[in-house]
Amino acid sequence: MMLRNLKPALISAVVVVILSGLLMGIRLQQQGTGLVLIGGGMDVAVKIGAAALFIFLFNLFRDHLTALWNRVPALPRTPAAISILAARPAAHRLMWCFIIAAAVIWPFLTNRSNIDLATLVLIYVMLGLGLNIVVGLAGLLDLGYVGFYAVGAYTYALLSMYFGIGFWTGLVAAGAMAALFGFLLGFPVLRLRGDYLAIVTLGFGEIIRILLNNFTSLTNGPNGIGNIPKPDLFGLEFSRRASEGAQTFHEFFGIDFNSVHRVMFLYFLALVLVLFTLFVINRLLRMPVGRAWEALREDEVACRSLGINPTAVKLNAFTIGATFAGFAGCFFAARQGFISPESFTFIESAIILAIVVLGGMGSQLGVILAAIIMTLLPEIARQFDEYRMLLFGLLMVLMMIWRPQGLLPMKRPHLELKS
Amino acid sequence: MSGAPLLEVSGLCMRFGGLLAVNEVALRVEEGQIVSLIGPNGAGKTTVFNCLTGFYKPSAGSIRFRGEEVSGLPGFKLARKGMVRTFQHVRLFKQMSVVENLLVAQHQHLNTNMLAGLFKTLNYRRAEREAMERAAWWLDRLGLTDVANRTAGTLAYGQQRRLEIARCMVTRPTLLMLDEPAAGLNPKETADLQELIAELRDEQGLSILLIEHDMKLVMGISDHVVVINQGCPLADGTPEEVRRHPDVIKAYLGET
Repeated sequence: MMLRNLKPALISAVVVVILSGLLMGIRLQQQGTGLVLIGGGMDVAVKIGAAALFIFLFNLFRDHLTALWNRVPALPRTPAAISILAARPAAHRLMWCFIIAAAVIWPFLTNRSNIDLATLVLIYVMLGLGLNIVVGLAGLLDLGYVGFYAVGAYTYALLSMYFGIGFWTGLVAAGAMAALFGFLLGFPVLRLRGDYLAIVTLGFGEIIRILLNNFTSLTNGPNGIGNIPKPDLFGLEFSRRASEGAQTFHEFFGIDFNSVHRVMFLYFLALVLVLFTLFVINRLLRMPVGRAWEALREDEVACRSLGINPTAVKLNAFTIGATFAGFAGCFFAARQGFISPESFTFIESAIILAIVVLGGMGSQLGVILAAIIMTLLPEIARQFDEYRMLLFGLLMVLMMIWRPQGLLPMKRPHLELKS
Repeated sequence: MSGAPLLEVSGLCMRFGGLLAVNEVALRVEEGQIVSLIGPNGAGKTTVFNCLTGFYKPSAGSIRFRGEEVSGLPGFKLARKGMVRTFQHVRLFKQMSVVENLLVAQHQHLNTNMLAGLFKTLNYRRAEREAMERAAWWLDRLGLTDVANRTAGTLAYGQQRRLEIARCMVTRPTLLMLDEPAAGLNPKETADLQELIAELRDEQGLSILLIEHDMKLVMGISDHVVVINQGCPLADGTPEEVRRHPDVIKAYLGET
């Protein structure tokens, strides 16, 4: 068995030596007007040798390794007891109560930067839940979701810049605007399916970003928009000194000013928005439209033959998904205080999509878990510096091998016929 | 509406590039009739069905449903008018439960107002309850109550066939179009199906258009039979007339 592997192993080792030798071992350096080749030092040669040896041994023993690999137990399945418990609505409700309670108590026990990070997680949860409607439930692959996020953020930023509109009005406006964009973009796009739909939505996402970048007279272009007002609590501001005609939070309650209050307020605001999103989506799932999304994902032809208008149902999913992105965008703009097109690149769409896929298409708890992982991982792996993305990729690959159905695959609430 | 047939098709043609798949086919279904469309494999029966149900846009010809010209309308609109079909290969929503399959089918009759659903208004609750009752009634009618909460994909083939018919019935059709409903059923199940089709017609006042290869079934329940061969109409008449028609015997039934 080892003899059979010897030849490919040797070849791979030689390839490693040639490739890495050329890439790392030799450098071009400018000397006067010409270029000279300089060989790498001893340490580089040792590293290349070690890499080649590793590849050689790996290929030589790959059968043994595969056998070992197969002996590694698969990630534990969700234990049966938990699935049975989770299937019970009462237990389900209790679990959600615990999660919410933990989320409410938690900020009082931790420090400012952690709360800030948690707020970011919540934004991604909201985005993930929104995209989950489009991708997970309706089965429409949308790669331009960040476009609606940008529309929401810019709607609030521009309205506050030009008309001095406050956060709460801005929130509604941002949602409505994103919904409008979703509707308008959805119209021409939704007759496409699968890959074609993905490419066109990708294009739309980029168009929105480039438009924001180049429409300098309106959006300030790449310089972005700053000084976006922070949210207030029924007119109470979270700043040291109140602006004209307003009152601050600490004055109203007669407590000392503490900048953590604002961070906490933002966190709670995000939490409320997430809970609102969860509530709406849960209701939608049990409504005729939720069932129609699901049916459409399974068999569009059968849907048409039963009198369901596929375009209308898809448009519905697209618009509702976009609305939540708009809310998230508005909150994001208010939290940052500054936005620029930089924040809405394709990688954001990819991350949100990764959250949905990682969490398990259509599963809400899964999306929340995945959002936490995807946001915390880059923070935890900060010391790995540029290898962060590598780690990210590794996680995705491992997930696809171990749990292609996602962390917590969706268990849709099945309607039961009661006897 | 008296006098006018429920469905009247004339001069129906369907061309795919150079291929004339359906050529000048005509048929009519009177209210309460069971009409069968038969012919050898590849004769264009399913293509006719696809034209009638809006999956294809016919190249020429007219389709009048209750006296109204409907050719070229999209499929979902035709379904809403009351022309509902099943498929040659069962197309259920396999991941959904049996009862949900029946609820999805009632989409057009439900309260799909978003706000009503979000706030669970009385009106909305009543509509949902009625949909559930209707689904339960049809499950009972077709003997599927035992499997109501199972995932549709896990049912036995015969049950899936019946579920597909139930799913059509909850949309409250006036014309039910069955595409080879007996395909893959055993003789006992076919006999049950024949009984069911006749009962649906008598109880629900349905009209039925049927594509079928099982001659026993076709000759047993049809009021009228239309034969097509290679896209062209070959014969049409009562089962007796068709059975004795020399062209039909030559092209399809074979000498016995």
